[in-house]
Amino acid sequence: MSALLELSGVSVSFDGFKAINNLAFQINEPELRAIIGPNGAGKTTFMDIVTGKTKPDEGRVLWGEKSINLIGRSESHIARAGIGRKFQKPTVFEEQTVRENLAMALKNPRGPFEVLFYRKTQNGSDRIEAIAEQTNLTEQLTRKAGELSHGQKQWLEIGMLLAQEPRLLLVDEPAAGMTPAEREKTTEILVEAAKTRAVVVVEHDMEFVRRLNCKVTVLHEGSVLAEGSLDHVTQNPEVIDVYLGR
Amino acid sequence: MQRSFIANNPSVLWFLLCLAAFTLGVTVLAEATGAGLISTSFVKTLGKVLCLCLVAIAMDVVWGYCGILSLGHFAFFGIGGYAVGMWLMYARTEAIVVENLSARLIPPTPAEVNDAIATQIFGVVGSSEFPLIWAFADSLLLQLLLVVLVPGFLALIFGWLAFRSRVTGVYLSILTQAMTLALALYLFQNDSGLRGNNGLSGLQNIPGFEAVPQSVVSMAFFWASAVALGAGYVLFARVLSGKMGSVIRAIRDDESRVRFLGYHVESYKLFVFTLTAIVAGIAGALYYPQAGIINPAEIAPIASIYLAVWVAIGGRGRLYGAVIGTAFVSLLSSWFTGGSAPNVNLGFYTIQWTEWWLVLLGLSFVAVTLFFPGGIGMLFDKFTRKSQ
Repeated sequence: MSALLELSGVSVSFDGFKAINNLAFQINEPELRAIIGPNGAGKTTFMDIVTGKTKPDEGRVLWGEKSINLIGRSESHIARAGIGRKFQKPTVFEEQTVRENLAMALKNPRGPFEVLFYRKTQNGSDRIEAIAEQTNLTEQLTRKAGELSHGQKQWLEIGMLLAQEPRLLLVDEPAAGMTPAEREKTTEILVEAAKTRAVVVVEHDMEFVRRLNCKVTVLHEGSVLAEGSLDHVTQNPEVIDVYLGR
Repeated sequence: MQRSFIANNPSVLWFLLCLAAFTLGVTVLAEATGAGLISTSFVKTLGKVLCLCLVAIAMDVVWGYCGILSLGHFAFFGIGGYAVGMWLMYARTEAIVVENLSARLIPPTPAEVNDAIATQIFGVVGSSEFPLIWAFADSLLLQLLLVVLVPGFLALIFGWLAFRSRVTGVYLSILTQAMTLALALYLFQNDSGLRGNNGLSGLQNIPGFEAVPQSVVSMAFFWASAVALGAGYVLFARVLSGKMGSVIRAIRDDESRVRFLGYHVESYKLFVFTLTAIVAGIAGALYYPQAGIINPAEIAPIASIYLAVWVAIGGRGRLYGAVIGTAFVSLLSSWFTGGSAPNVNLGFYTIQWTEWWLVLLGLSFVAVTLFFPGGIGMLFDKFTRKSQ
């Protein structure tokens, strides 16, 4: 099985500070992976690099069967290639309804003229209903996204990701600020999504990571410190050092 | 499940009805076609206001919906005016020259006619030759094409350069203002080929219709302006409806998020910027024959700033808001600056509105921005914002 996404020798520095240092990472399809690490370990920068927001100084980011190099491609191009991203802070379009938010994310041609002459289809609205069902938002479809609770916004954003039908989902701290019940639902959504695609979850919360029950990558100072099951990495003395401080 | 466009957007129908009622009312009351209660000059003023409303809805689309505070859309408006003005001036001068020369025994050669027209038009800037940009001035059709093509291309090239470099917010506004200023300064030069600060004049005289009284000509332009405004309104309402509208508003609210959804934000901005520039050009082409004169001062950045003020007072992000704001402020402005507003005697100081109007306008702009971000259009939101 070849990797869906493969990073090798990736480094980037901001004003002399090495945010990512010779990072190597790969993920298969389907797979669920958690990335943990202390603040400043480079988790968000890693996502920025994969999604085209940040251009690395060196290294390779290869995508898909044809091993396309993603470096230098625009964010929108990478998103269309099949990488979806959820931000730490829920970013949905608050002025628009939940349905409009999901409709925008649905996998369809993205050019201005195709969108201008786009006609709603039965298939499209079925997809929206299905995703709303999956993310507990059926009752909220006609509400403005800005009126949703924090947890619902997070779900809406995950729903938008699912609507994009990406092959790889990058999810930044999905459980932040959620109630225990909401966390449980979120875990369920992510585990379900990972059955058919690759999902990378960046998370601080160990309890949440334990629930995901998947392979864990520990980042520290911009490179991989340890990789394996959660129990395996938490017994690693270096990981304990990093987390407990020296 | 597919409902018609009008059924989904009842406010468009309401707007068209109001516009039709207004047009009908003016027609019935005007000098040429009705009771004569509205003077020809006021018909022209109303026709010009309709053109300003058209450029204002274009501004609302680019600013209120897409979040690009362009301070260049009045430049596109002016370019449209210049393009049509060149033909008007050329054709009318040609008619006069031909008539003058026909008194001679030997019929004038085409070259003589051409020289005479050029001397007539450019004598004022000390030239007697046609600049290159007047190459198509003898053809109404080509000049009308330029009304659309020049603002369109300019917006396309400028937008492509600016959006591609991801210039946004206030920096983009400054850039558009710089473009506008550069254009105005260029046109002020005598050798710009457009008669420097004299501009183009006599545009109210339509070649071929010399015998038709101005009261009738003004009515025709008034109707044309009303039709153009209606068509522009429907066009923009169509663009802003459905998914395209969703994406455009999403770009205003969080463009980087839109990128991560896979949309090429720059293409969308370029589409909106160019389309609205073209509509602005058309509005200008209808405005200046009613105004009678165009000069570079019309294009100066201050005009584009007024445009933003009208849209803000009317309420951004509402097409009808832009129309209401523009009609309200520009009519009020002509009332105040026209000297009809009574001066206010405070005892120690007399407020003369011709001077103080701008202060009042500035204060209202600040007040609207701070306290009523929805502007006048907010009053109508109750009726139009249906739950979807």
